[in-house]
Amino acid sequence: MMISQPVARPDGGVKVTGRARYAADYFAPDLLHAVLVTAPVPAGRVTSIVVDDALAEEGVVRVLTHEDMPKFGRFASPRAEPDTQMQQAEGPPAAQSFMPMQSNEIRHEGQPLAIVLGETLEAAEAGARRVALRYEFAEPELPAPPEWTAIDKAAVVPRESGFLFLEPTFTKGEVDRGLSDAAATVEAVYLQPSRHHNAMEPSATLAEWNDGELTLHDATQHVYGVRQVLAARLNVPAEKVRVISRHTGGGFGGKGWIWPHQVLAAAAARIMQRPVRLALSRANAYSCLGYQPRMAQKIVLAADRSGKLTAVQQDVVNLTTVSDDFVEFATEASKGLYATPAMRLSQRVERANVAMPTALRAPVEGPGTWALESAMDELAHGLGIDPLDLRLINHADTDPATGQPWSSKKLREAYEEGARLFGWRERPRQPQRDGDWLIGYGMATCSMGCFRHPTPAAEVRLHRDGTVLIRTGTQDIGTGTLTIFPQIAADVLGLPMEKIELEMGDTELPEAGPTYGSSSTMGVGSAVLAAAEDARSQLARLANLLPDEVEMQDGKIRRRGAAGGQTIADVMSHTDIGEIIGSGSFDPAQHGKGLAMRTFGVIFVEVGVDPGLGLLRLRRAVGSYSAGRIVNPRTAHSQMTGGIIWGWGMAAMEQSRHEPVLGRFLSKNLSGVAIPVNADIPGDVIIHFVDEVDEHASPIGGKGIGELGATGVAAAVANAVFDATGKRIRELPITPEKLL
Amino acid sequence: MDFHDRHLLRLRVNGEDHSLSDLDPRVTLLDLLRERLHLTGTKKGCNFGECGACTVHLDGRRVNACMILAVSVEGREVTTIEGLADGDALHPVQQAFIDHDGFQCGFCTPGQVMSAAALIEEGHTGSDAEIREWMSGNLCRCSAYPQIVEAVRAAAGRASQ
Repeated sequence: MMISQPVARPDGGVKVTGRARYAADYFAPDLLHAVLVTAPVPAGRVTSIVVDDALAEEGVVRVLTHEDMPKFGRFASPRAEPDTQMQQAEGPPAAQSFMPMQSNEIRHEGQPLAIVLGETLEAAEAGARRVALRYEFAEPELPAPPEWTAIDKAAVVPRESGFLFLEPTFTKGEVDRGLSDAAATVEAVYLQPSRHHNAMEPSATLAEWNDGELTLHDATQHVYGVRQVLAARLNVPAEKVRVISRHTGGGFGGKGWIWPHQVLAAAAARIMQRPVRLALSRANAYSCLGYQPRMAQKIVLAADRSGKLTAVQQDVVNLTTVSDDFVEFATEASKGLYATPAMRLSQRVERANVAMPTALRAPVEGPGTWALESAMDELAHGLGIDPLDLRLINHADTDPATGQPWSSKKLREAYEEGARLFGWRERPRQPQRDGDWLIGYGMATCSMGCFRHPTPAAEVRLHRDGTVLIRTGTQDIGTGTLTIFPQIAADVLGLPMEKIELEMGDTELPEAGPTYGSSSTMGVGSAVLAAAEDARSQLARLANLLPDEVEMQDGKIRRRGAAGGQTIADVMSHTDIGEIIGSGSFDPAQHGKGLAMRTFGVIFVEVGVDPGLGLLRLRRAVGSYSAGRIVNPRTAHSQMTGGIIWGWGMAAMEQSRHEPVLGRFLSKNLSGVAIPVNADIPGDVIIHFVDEVDEHASPIGGKGIGELGATGVAAAVANAVFDATGKRIRELPITPEKLL
Repeated sequence: MDFHDRHLLRLRVNGEDHSLSDLDPRVTLLDLLRERLHLTGTKKGCNFGECGACTVHLDGRRVNACMILAVSVEGREVTTIEGLADGDALHPVQQAFIDHDGFQCGFCTPGQVMSAAALIEEGHTGSDAEIREWMSGNLCRCSAYPQIVEAVRAAAGRASQ
């Protein structure tokens, strides 16, 4: 059995030697380097773009402005069909409907206004500094001050612009009665700032046209999505667009949907009739790509004396741009976590002249658990019930929103095993001190919804010499897919990992969905499983065996339980077929009908707070998860550790501040925007998975884990800070001024 | 300096002598490696010395290649990630990163590995805390930090503390 083994990553060799190639590592003959000139103000219009000085710079070939650009086509959302409102909207995989460089209009600071093309990067950068912009400033819509009254006043009901994946309101049961009957109530507002992905690889695109066909090397989480959107924007048939992404240097949602720069690079290459590489600068990455928007959540929890919830009311407002209403559905956590008889949940947006937000690890339940799990801790303290017990008292045996049974849920086991690993029940209840540090303990429930994307096709080719080639148009962003897909095929075909090759990251390969939403193991993994089984069935028929009764081991096929068997080479030599092509797909509609699906878990943390200096440190953490079958515990361990560290970043330091005058991001570099570094993270981070197989979510038995680890952490940290200091922090990040 | 002057630069990269004529004085060591010599293993993450993805060895010391003008390294010796292994035999740090799952997307990995190899030479592996401190110039957004510390510790030949 290869599945469930901690197999080392086959991509290790190329990644530790520098041979793994990312989008900006490709070249083309006659390559032009592109550098963006961006808007210095958030609203208004450009009155002139003077390019003479730039063109005088040696090596600058051309400066493109909106006057040079073609009219970009509209992207018709795949969600458009049944819904008339959606006919007007775009939405994913397009990240935003607004395309810059179509007119002189400025909608946010940092919006691309011109593209300087140079024979060298140095020339293009120097040219970009010499482009003179004249503009008319318009009074911008600014983000409201970060407090509830102002945000509530600015909030509006979201319109459908392609990002309203769910109804913006949800009601169940008698909320008013639940509130008035309660023995204990918590009412609080939780704030979190805008926050960027800060992937180590800034997005980059190399665009090349040959005879009307476009080839793109791109940093993306979805090669097929890039093809779809670029074909629409550039008015070319999809089959004329090839997108290649062998390795992407971190996604986290930031490269999930398709942003304007990808279109602009391709348009520039078409105008110039030369290959163009547009590698975003680190500063560009703050305004040309998305971010998790600033959010405010007002939550009311009501419970009876025993701690049972009687009602939950939650109002969520997230910031969005003026063109599209991105909605961050934090209320999903409240819909899915606890057995609540009554709920009244609402999502609104606050529009401003800021860049378009997007999904960020973890979206939805990431912000949702920050508010809900903080409020649950407040409720536990108010009632004098242990925070873990309060969760157990309110455990949801069925989906609270729909009443549907779960496809699989082992959260009780996750709580119990996690608590044991952490020593939660034995933790000291009296204030603890370690030198200057006050010590505190906190916990929170983790959960993510199950995003299952269809995978139309995957191929497993079995060769006469007993080697295998897996072909799928999914992409590597580091999550472990390069390891687990070969494991899955090796398992079915009874071959060692060395015999299995994997080709990914190219629209020439069978179509696969995006690598986001923690969806690849279920989607692509199940399609690879089906393709490998198909290859085995074809081989069985050639061997005159019944496909349903065979097993393969050590390169041989035989009736299950029988001894010996025929080698692959022997079976295939009966025919003139050099290879067997197994194909498979995954259609979520065929699995788990009528069942609610989620992943679950719990995070326990120990923090230290230095009250004199306002410092906050993570001392240790235990994450214990119920997420279905774990195909590779080694890569899964890294996914969860990474998620917890993302959660620590959200809790303790990450923010992209909007300055109050123009709403621009105050810092657009990694000096001004703190993200966790090695010294922030203790070695004592324990990851545990409950033994579980969810056969309903997908044939693999697994669910998604990429985002789960990042949920709950911010609340657990704030709860631990409260335990240490008695201070309840309701605004992220928990920086020193809030602790002094 | 007039940016339109052109310079002759000789340097040694991964044991190989290079002579570049007509070099633009604005070219950084990072862009020289990537765009002129096509050694793309050295990554551009920020171009401002903030992330460490471009870490290389200059005369044996670790530096951020984005912070160094190429013309200033005349006659000096540069080792990049492509030159760290001894032929097909991986450097112990490279092997340790594989063994301890010290990466995910791999983009920061060349910089991490170059930094770790120098760190061991510098003698900054006395404790896990020391490793963490001296590896903190190399950001990893996948956040493989605990595994990176394990890899560096193993490569330095120390037992767990």
